[in-house]
Amino acid sequence: MPDGSFAHPQQRQFNPYTENGGTILAIAGADFSVIAGDTRQSEGYSIQTRYAPKVFKLTDRAVLAVNGFAADGNMFVKKVKQRLEWYRHAHAKDMPLCAIARLIQTMLYAQRFFPYYVYNILGGIEEDGSGAVYSFDPVGSYEREACRAAGAAQSLVQPFLDNQIYFKNQQQTPGQSRPLHLPLPDVLSIVIDSFTSATERHIEVGDGLEIYVVLAKGRGAHGLESFRGIQELTTTSDGDRVFVIRRELKKD
Amino acid sequence: MNSVYNGTGFDFTNSIRNTFLQDRGLPLPKATSTGTTIVGCLFKDGIVLGADTRATEGPIVADKNCEKIHYISESIRCCGAGTAADTEFTTALIASNIEMHALSTGRKPRVVTAMTMLKQMLFRYQGQVGAALVLGGVDATGPQLFTIHPHGSTDKLPYVTMGSGSLAAMAVFESGWKPGMTREEALQLVTAAISAGIFNDLGSGSNVDACVITADHTEMLRNFVRPNERVQKERSYKFARGTTAWKKEDIRSLIVSEDVVTREGGEEMDTS
Repeated sequence: MPDGSFAHPQQRQFNPYTENGGTILAIAGADFSVIAGDTRQSEGYSIQTRYAPKVFKLTDRAVLAVNGFAADGNMFVKKVKQRLEWYRHAHAKDMPLCAIARLIQTMLYAQRFFPYYVYNILGGIEEDGSGAVYSFDPVGSYEREACRAAGAAQSLVQPFLDNQIYFKNQQQTPGQSRPLHLPLPDVLSIVIDSFTSATERHIEVGDGLEIYVVLAKGRGAHGLESFRGIQELTTTSDGDRVFVIRRELKKD
Repeated sequence: MNSVYNGTGFDFTNSIRNTFLQDRGLPLPKATSTGTTIVGCLFKDGIVLGADTRATEGPIVADKNCEKIHYISESIRCCGAGTAADTEFTTALIASNIEMHALSTGRKPRVVTAMTMLKQMLFRYQGQVGAALVLGGVDATGPQLFTIHPHGSTDKLPYVTMGSGSLAAMAVFESGWKPGMTREEALQLVTAAISAGIFNDLGSGSNVDACVITADHTEMLRNFVRPNERVQKERSYKFARGTTAWKKEDIRSLIVSEDVVTREGGEEMDTS
């Protein structure tokens, strides 16, 4: 170097991945499933867009949230939707949720040596009518759970969910009975508070919140109708139903 | 044999070990950085300084409402961006030295004096002190505005911005600054510039702090604008008594015996 110091040998290489921030979360109820994600897409200290959806409706009973590298996330959702359409034409029915989960695993592992840099969370209603959440790592390892948070603010949100959904670190008083599954209004409050709190303390979270609610067939939409800004996305008339709720988050 | 007395300057005895660890993959711990948008603007009667209030540790917000406009003297203030500890201690040191200097010279301190002290200290540390400053004030020679970089270079300008949000703020300044603005116009411009940083830069956020310095008066406007108040939470997460289990309970009274004696015309205890 001109100043007499020695630089280490360098080799420049194209880095195919980047991190676009954001956070997603999903919670399974007894006969419903809630899948939410913020809408901010960022890179470094810049905001690329304040509205880039990360949660997508696949079928009337399955919703997929993708987070990590947005280009891979968006392409992966497109490919999953294509596979579901092939299945629909071949079998004359929608793919069951547990099958979609297995399909996602094989699609991710197929790219084991040049992975989709995405953390997927699949939520929806199983064949038996129960709410389900499946979470995946970038190369396809997956597990069914009651709740999962992923993305930038995962370390802030998951402990909160562990405490409020699984009641971890809370001593159960003898008289008190703990429900296995929380009711929908409580779950929605927890989701909204998770995101407002994550927005406060994580710079990559904010702008907007999109919450998808999947209700099992036969479960009435009572209580949901009154929710401010709710919108139904279901296409069929007598099956599982999908709703979306949008909220603003802080934009700083 | 290493001397116990280290003298002035930084102690670099850990640097060999640190580079070794970094090469092995251990990341350096993140210092609290102010991310930041800070600005300074000259107007008809003096200087307006502005700053956001977010302090970050990597991608996490460490402080949602910190103060980035530091006191140097009655009519001189300094905004700080970069490593929070560095801006804090650097400005405090120079403020102290300026006060001593003012007493020694018998004159009101000048902005160039503070600027020279700051730049000479930062240059001495060769950029290791990560303080990027916007120094502004009014002295016997008139209103002055300077920008000081971590390596010790300075610029004297009518409007300046520093920090990760400096580009967003400067875009506003370049569109809107004109010479001879009124106090209201200058405050509005500074607010717009800081807001541009707050909303478009992830390293800046929360509230707008401002400071108006004129020849006879300095007005500190803490939280001048608060565009990011937290909405009320959906639920209360208060825990019922007994949620945290306890194995043993031991209540001790620290009072063995107590005699209360009321005095005639007693004076109240001085609690000032």
